[in-house]
Amino acid sequence: MAEPNALKDHSGESQIFLDRAVIGFVLLLMLTLLLVARMFYLQILQHDLFTTLSDRNRIQVKSVPPIRGLIFDRHGALIADNIPSYSLTITKERVVDLEQTIVDVSEIVEVSADEIESFRRRLARRRRPLESVPILFRLTPAEIARISVNSFGLPGVEVEARLVRHYPLGALMAHAVGSVRRINEDDARRIDAVAYSGTNHIGKIGVERFYEPGLLGKVGYQRVETDARGRVMKVLDATPPVPGGNLVLHVDSGLQQAASDALGDRRGTVVAIDPSSGGILALVSKPSYDPNLFVAGIDYDTYSALRDSVDVPLFNRAIQGQYEPGSTLKPFIGLTGLATNTVTPEFTLMNDPGYYQLPGNSRLYRDWNWTKTGLGGHGDVNLQKAIYRSCNVYFYDLAVKLGIDRIHDNLALFGFGINTAIDLPEARSGLLPSRAWKQGARGESWYPGDTVNIGIGQGDILVTPLQLATAVAVIANRGKMVTPRMLKTGGAASLMPASRSTQLADIDHISDAYWDLMTESMGMVVHRGNKGFGENGTAWAYIGRDVPYRMAGKSGTAQVVGIAQGELYEEDELDERQRKHAWFVAFAPIEKPTIAIAVLVENGGGGSKYGAPVARKVLDYYLRDYQPPVTESVAASTGAPQP
Amino acid sequence: MSEDFVRRMPQGSFSLQRKAAMGAKFHLDIPLMLLLLLICSYGLVVLYSAVGHETAPVISQLIKFGVATVVMILMAQISPVFYLRLAPFLFLLGLILLVLVIFFGYEVNGSARWLRIGGVFTFQPSEIMKLVIPMTLAWYFHERHLPPRAKHLFWAAVIIGIPVVLIGIQPDLGTALLIGASGLLVILLAGISWRWIFGAIGLGLMSAPALWYVMRDYQRQRVLTLLDPESDPLGAGWNIIQSKTAIGSGGLFGKGLGQGTQSHLDFLPESQTDFIIAVLAEELGLVGVMVLLTLYVLLMGRGVLMAVQAQDTFGRLLAGSITFTFFVYVFVNIGMVSGILPVVGVPLPLVSFGGTSILTLFAGFGILMSIHTHRRITL
Repeated sequence: MAEPNALKDHSGESQIFLDRAVIGFVLLLMLTLLLVARMFYLQILQHDLFTTLSDRNRIQVKSVPPIRGLIFDRHGALIADNIPSYSLTITKERVVDLEQTIVDVSEIVEVSADEIESFRRRLARRRRPLESVPILFRLTPAEIARISVNSFGLPGVEVEARLVRHYPLGALMAHAVGSVRRINEDDARRIDAVAYSGTNHIGKIGVERFYEPGLLGKVGYQRVETDARGRVMKVLDATPPVPGGNLVLHVDSGLQQAASDALGDRRGTVVAIDPSSGGILALVSKPSYDPNLFVAGIDYDTYSALRDSVDVPLFNRAIQGQYEPGSTLKPFIGLTGLATNTVTPEFTLMNDPGYYQLPGNSRLYRDWNWTKTGLGGHGDVNLQKAIYRSCNVYFYDLAVKLGIDRIHDNLALFGFGINTAIDLPEARSGLLPSRAWKQGARGESWYPGDTVNIGIGQGDILVTPLQLATAVAVIANRGKMVTPRMLKTGGAASLMPASRSTQLADIDHISDAYWDLMTESMGMVVHRGNKGFGENGTAWAYIGRDVPYRMAGKSGTAQVVGIAQGELYEEDELDERQRKHAWFVAFAPIEKPTIAIAVLVENGGGGSKYGAPVARKVLDYYLRDYQPPVTESVAASTGAPQP
Repeated sequence: MSEDFVRRMPQGSFSLQRKAAMGAKFHLDIPLMLLLLLICSYGLVVLYSAVGHETAPVISQLIKFGVATVVMILMAQISPVFYLRLAPFLFLLGLILLVLVIFFGYEVNGSARWLRIGGVFTFQPSEIMKLVIPMTLAWYFHERHLPPRAKHLFWAAVIIGIPVVLIGIQPDLGTALLIGASGLLVILLAGISWRWIFGAIGLGLMSAPALWYVMRDYQRQRVLTLLDPESDPLGAGWNIIQSKTAIGSGGLFGKGLGQGTQSHLDFLPESQTDFIIAVLAEELGLVGVMVLLTLYVLLMGRGVLMAVQAQDTFGRLLAGSITFTFFVYVFVNIGMVSGILPVVGVPLPLVSFGGTSILTLFAGFGILMSIHTHRRITL
């Protein structure tokens, strides 16, 4: 079997094999040398390149978000805090099949079509490589558990914990401090991507927006070694983040609560200012909303319900709402009359008929007393009585005597038509009409009739509640200018943003006697009582009894719809939303004012009846009921209390 | 053969003589076994690092080495005459098993390569063919005049072609090519004329475009990836980029055993199996690679020597084919991992984690020893 062919040439075959084996072994050596050459090329010649690639593989720079500065009220109560929140994130670069991953994730936890849509939008935005993109926020512990159990087969899907803004007082402070919101596409284009690499949020409204640079802090970095799935194996080195600076605001959360309670369910606003510092003690706008809703990303239905509500809860009435000041303007017109020597304190309008007529014009400008009660005028009226009885005819007359130019120039000194709020970026300027304004805006010249209406705070003039409170504080200060501000202490000077508001000079050309007269007259609005209807202060019947301090006030009523000439109307018959807005402004105590306040109750009706009681409650809290906590001085003096 | 110093050194030391004598007595080859021991030990060290300092896989591998060594020793006891007689039957059995795979194959990753026996034990018939094909060809040429004539070459091509096609359609392109190579090596060693060789190479080059159309998409992708790994850095190119990075970043002396970041941070795919040379290169550097290649060359040198000393055509061709096929594995694996050959699933012999390949290799070495030690004419 082994030798089937006797002619087989054994030595020949052996020689052939030897030749081939030698050739084969030489070839083997050459190919081995080829492998060595290849290794030499990779390991020696290209060593630096591949070392770099290897390091780039394993070393990732992760940003470490700084802790956003906390916000406290004047007594150290926390207004804005940071709490941990868990979100589910997907890192696109680590995902094998994004669509499949989304499907897999939605089998583990419920993900709505809206959330997937928002996720895609966030994914499409500019981001750093290997940056995770959140798909679900505010995971519940049960969801976290389900994800941890099931995420094994889902590379790139992770639960991330982050500190997010939390507003413990919720809706109460929404309009006072504003809020942070998720960074949207517009923001992303505007902001420094590096500074915000650790956070998804940005201060969007109010104090949170204005002091954003200081609150944000400085992002830190970690160089970490990660495995191919992006899991951090160890931290190589780190630059710690610098936490944002804490802020202490002038706001008094107790007073804020009292003001909110005083308004109750009414739509309206209360602004309280400390006249000596301009610090805003309370800034309430109702209805309000829960700012926490916006932090985590609000769902569309909730948002559109807020946005489209007829009550406009997102609208900050205190600083964005522009209303006719009504009779609350009278003290300022009066002071203008005195300052310009147009009237004297003694000047008396004799036998007020209850209406005013411009010479050669048949139109009647009525007094509220006339339309309301049919009693006619207020009799003989000097400035003092014109204030405490809120006599329209006196101010019609005075306004016409002053003329629009002097009215405009002098009201501007009090901040009307000007935004003076330092750190409320949404604050509006109102409207202080002038000849130039009317020509520009309407293409019409100024008519004497326009001036008549301005005398009682009607017509084209518009003020924000903040402006009115500020102007009242200037009266309380006897002309020393008040610049409204939220910030009491805190915030690095270098990161203090420039305010776009205008700073005004003190009013020093009005004599003390005139300030005294106006303060006294406004005091009578509240305290002059038991003298019969035609002689009592307009607010006395509503709030004037048993006031444990002396306050100066002025009511006002702003028209919502124009009432046709000569037409009488019954308040009850009007649609609630067409009723007049009730104003009341005040400061107290008269001897040494510590608080100035403006109250607006939308569609409330008469200012004395509906506005004044709100103001009284707020002042009672501040001047009578409030007991400062023992810890007050600590928070206030250190400036940046620690949580 | 003057190189065979062990047998030709009567004045050698007593221990050397005794070793040789002992080896011959038990039909073993001591130099070959020593080299195997060195390579396997070296491989275990690398594997220990590659699996992340766990002992379980290393022990498992050690057990496989042990079983494979027993198989090798047993195979060495069997006379080559027996292999010669058995060869055609083994070939037929192999073909039957390969056909069974087509119908009852156990599918993993879209490719049916395994047969289940008794529901538990799975094995790859193609693995057996790695030894059976060269054995069958050696048997075929043993009974013919050498160098082979065209007629013989045709039948040899049939013997290679049928199993290659059967394995190719599993599909297991890598194994098909390697088995084809082991068969071709027998033909080359049998003394096929150079005209045929160059003619075949020329034909192969010309048919390359045709091959392109026959290849499946993933196979084409592998070729494209070889040419330009950066074209798909996260997909098909990922493996090769990461293995080149691992190798290149190792430098001359490596990052140190257990310090390879590419492998331990899971950037390197298949780091315990097909890509284990990248772990070695990353952690022990060019020096570590050179040590392994040197051991390999010595092992194959010993194999070639044993083949050349074989006493008949069957022994020579089979021993030669086993030895050179071993080199094909080494070359294809390292060439693939270092990015000069397309990615085909070929383990690094004796180092990669995995049972079947170790068993086949050791069985081959057993046959090699059998050929070398069962001599009718003592020198």
